[in-house]
Amino acid sequence: MSYSTTVDHEEHHDHPSGMLRWLTTTNHKDIGTMYLTFSLIMFMVGGAMIMAVRAELFQPGLQLMHPEFYNQLIGVHALVMIFAALMPAATGFANWMLPLQIGAPDMALPRLNNWGFWLLPPAAILLTLPFTLALFGIGDGAIATGWTFYAPLSVQGGIGVDFAIFAVHLLGISSVMGSINIIVTIFNMRAPGMTLMKLPLFAWGWLITAFLLIATIPVLAGAVTMLLTDRHFGTHFFDAAGGGDPILFQHLFWFFGHPEVYILLLPVWGFIPQILSTFARKPIYGYKAQVYSLCAIGVLSVVVWAHHFFTAGMPVPALLYFMYSTMAISLPLAVLFYCWIATIWRGSMTFETPMLFAIGWIILFGIGGLTGLVLADVAADAQYHHTYFVVAHFHYTLFAGGIMGIMAGVYYWLPKMTGHMYNEKLGKLHFWLTAISFNLTFIPQFFLGLAGMPRRIPDYALQFSEFNMISSIAAFTLGLTQLLFVYNIVSCARGGKKATDKVWEGSNGLEWTLPSPPPYHTFNEQPVIR
Amino acid sequence: MARLRITRIWQCLLGALLPLTAHADYAWNFPKPVTPMALDTLQVHNKFMIIVMVIFVVVLAIMIYSIVMHRKSRDYQPAGFTGPSTRAQLFWTLVPFAILLYIDFILMGIPAFHSVVAMEDTRTDADMVIKVTGSQWRWQYEYLDGPAKGISFVSNMTTPQEQINNQAAKNPEYLLEVDNPLVLPTDKKVRVLLTSSDVIHNWWIPAFGAARDAIPGFLRETWVKIEEPGTFRGQCKELCGKGHGFMPAVVIAKNEQDFTAWATSKKAELQAAAAGADKEWTKEDLVANGKGIYEKNCAVCHQVGGQGLPPAFPALTGSKIATGPVLDKDNKMVKDGHLDRVMNGKGVMPAWKGILNDTEIASVITYERNALGNSVGDMLQPAQVKAMR
Repeated sequence: MSYSTTVDHEEHHDHPSGMLRWLTTTNHKDIGTMYLTFSLIMFMVGGAMIMAVRAELFQPGLQLMHPEFYNQLIGVHALVMIFAALMPAATGFANWMLPLQIGAPDMALPRLNNWGFWLLPPAAILLTLPFTLALFGIGDGAIATGWTFYAPLSVQGGIGVDFAIFAVHLLGISSVMGSINIIVTIFNMRAPGMTLMKLPLFAWGWLITAFLLIATIPVLAGAVTMLLTDRHFGTHFFDAAGGGDPILFQHLFWFFGHPEVYILLLPVWGFIPQILSTFARKPIYGYKAQVYSLCAIGVLSVVVWAHHFFTAGMPVPALLYFMYSTMAISLPLAVLFYCWIATIWRGSMTFETPMLFAIGWIILFGIGGLTGLVLADVAADAQYHHTYFVVAHFHYTLFAGGIMGIMAGVYYWLPKMTGHMYNEKLGKLHFWLTAISFNLTFIPQFFLGLAGMPRRIPDYALQFSEFNMISSIAAFTLGLTQLLFVYNIVSCARGGKKATDKVWEGSNGLEWTLPSPPPYHTFNEQPVIR
Repeated sequence: MARLRITRIWQCLLGALLPLTAHADYAWNFPKPVTPMALDTLQVHNKFMIIVMVIFVVVLAIMIYSIVMHRKSRDYQPAGFTGPSTRAQLFWTLVPFAILLYIDFILMGIPAFHSVVAMEDTRTDADMVIKVTGSQWRWQYEYLDGPAKGISFVSNMTTPQEQINNQAAKNPEYLLEVDNPLVLPTDKKVRVLLTSSDVIHNWWIPAFGAARDAIPGFLRETWVKIEEPGTFRGQCKELCGKGHGFMPAVVIAKNEQDFTAWATSKKAELQAAAAGADKEWTKEDLVANGKGIYEKNCAVCHQVGGQGLPPAFPALTGSKIATGPVLDKDNKMVKDGHLDRVMNGKGVMPAWKGILNDTEIASVITYERNALGNSVGDMLQPAQVKAMR
């Protein structure tokens, strides 16, 4: 292919323009952009829901909403944040950056890629539509069981449960298709010379995530389908009166649900070392150890699920097995922490926004990990379980460990994607406000949980008032701070200081050899890795 | 200008936080343990917290040292290492993992093992057995042996709706107060069997360290041995629907003598109530009696005025069922009629026959038919309810 035909190809590409371009695009960068935009929108939607919840919890008593509506908000908040904000953000990065990092021209299965994305908006509508329908007197609102769908509460629930079941089916199909695409791309489309052990860690993290998704999403799909037939077709999978067992649902749900935690985190664990290495101007420490640890965590994550319902009652040997296997996860995770810190050790660090987020992420995610270790203890878990202690714990893992990691990635790659530098001052302000208000939101919740406040209650006893008030004020700050994030992204996409190809002084990897922004088609001729 | 505004925001924040210091009694840790299990849980928790905090502080200190020292602005030249290069380095790399292995499976693992075994041993030396049944949204207690054998009652939250809606000042025990608390003897190992009549609940008293799911169709068990008399409060902690936050569990622990005395008087009280089922009631008495029962049990869904919360919770005012026939001409219960629905439930509507006694069912049905905007004019005698059981 001569140079002139390549240019021709890019200038007069036969893709349509306007809305139709986005509907029919099979370009990995377009699809990545759509995933990331969708994720940002849903992050704000899920955030708005929880702002309403924190407003209700500002003081004891019911001020703003009925308990039914409260239950709907907490469940849909979780589903939106997990399935429509965090997962699509990781998939968006995968679409944008995997082909660039491994020197591939595009994802392996572009049409599947397009379909995978366009299943998401209908799923998001299905999840939230019952809120609107209820306004017109149809049904009684969205799913009110929490995001866990526990039977028999979900068997008893209204049409919101059915909507959520179908939304989960769509999201699941989308995830499985995305995963197939990523696995095929990584296995088949690496640049010549890029062996698996030269693969960027982000690709490794995603590869394991993709296998976990393919292994566990069908189990979730099966569980919610059984729920659907229990609800409408007279089966009794989860009804003891018909020979079923409600706890069966919890086993099936968490067989998916626990790996899901790592599905959300593994891609982040992949690119954080790249960010640390960039801003420490020092190669990644212990690459092999990290790869093996990621694999070990992937395997362990599917054998520890029952620690999510220790209080449901299990035989002693089962309790002990799930306790010790959960504790075992701390070992590979400690290897990762060791490598992350060793990567910045004796580096030459600068603290641009991505680095601030990455370092804040290590510290805060560390709190999430350590409290998780404590939660693994069955006896103490009887006290922690289903209290605000757990709520605080999993927000340290999923907000700090997930979303703040994603934010690090956004600031890291945004100049590459848009070709403009974002506003550094605003970025730093965003980090500090986020980190401080996040801690002020969730540290009080640890104490609330220890003092005995159950989660998912719309109203609480008077001794919990003060901590709830602090938590609410901080949560409002945290929520408003995210507007800075949106503003910074939008203004960076629209213009700003031109970014260089390398963007960061210490950046290292194939994506930084391309122009910023990269042309519509890249690596039409694959680079050779030595 | 901006600074002035920020100062003002801080002043507002401080103003909101100041009342905190006035409360001396709010908790930073588990409540004071009163059972061996709670004591064990607290000790395990404190020990683990100290361990993880030490880990956190050590790691954070290393990071902070690195962040301060190894920065470009200090002209620190980056090293190039990518892993341990000598055997000695490899050895020191493995030391933290040896420590973690020791913490996980010996320092934390062994006490956790003993705690689990003790927690699950509900039967050894058990002195008495009680059964706790969760239902939306109340607890039922039943004494299966001992001096209180045969006693069973329902425990409802008593916090008035006005307090929840902020129309009245809140009691100190807001949301944690019930009409019939569970009474247990001190220094006795009580085996607690748990089940549920509808969805999953979780019976939890923080001061006991015991929390166990109540699962419909299955029995789960835990145990408590309360070591000092007193009143202990907890809540349901498994999401169980709209009333989940309004389902407290209250336990009063009495010494053995007081417990036996309580059991005797409670038995007499229940007998008197059962005797009420055999006497002939007037309509006015039934309606008057039914009002309280309605507001305690039914109003949470069907609302105090009977207007319901359609479509999930239908109105009783003008309802086909609540104004339709109760018994057919052979004095049999009409299927899907008023009495059938109240006694046996359907869908979200619970079955009340296990929760309310004959007098209460007769009263509440008579109330619903002759109040809440309905005026059917008939009534139901407790004896008629008794005959349908």
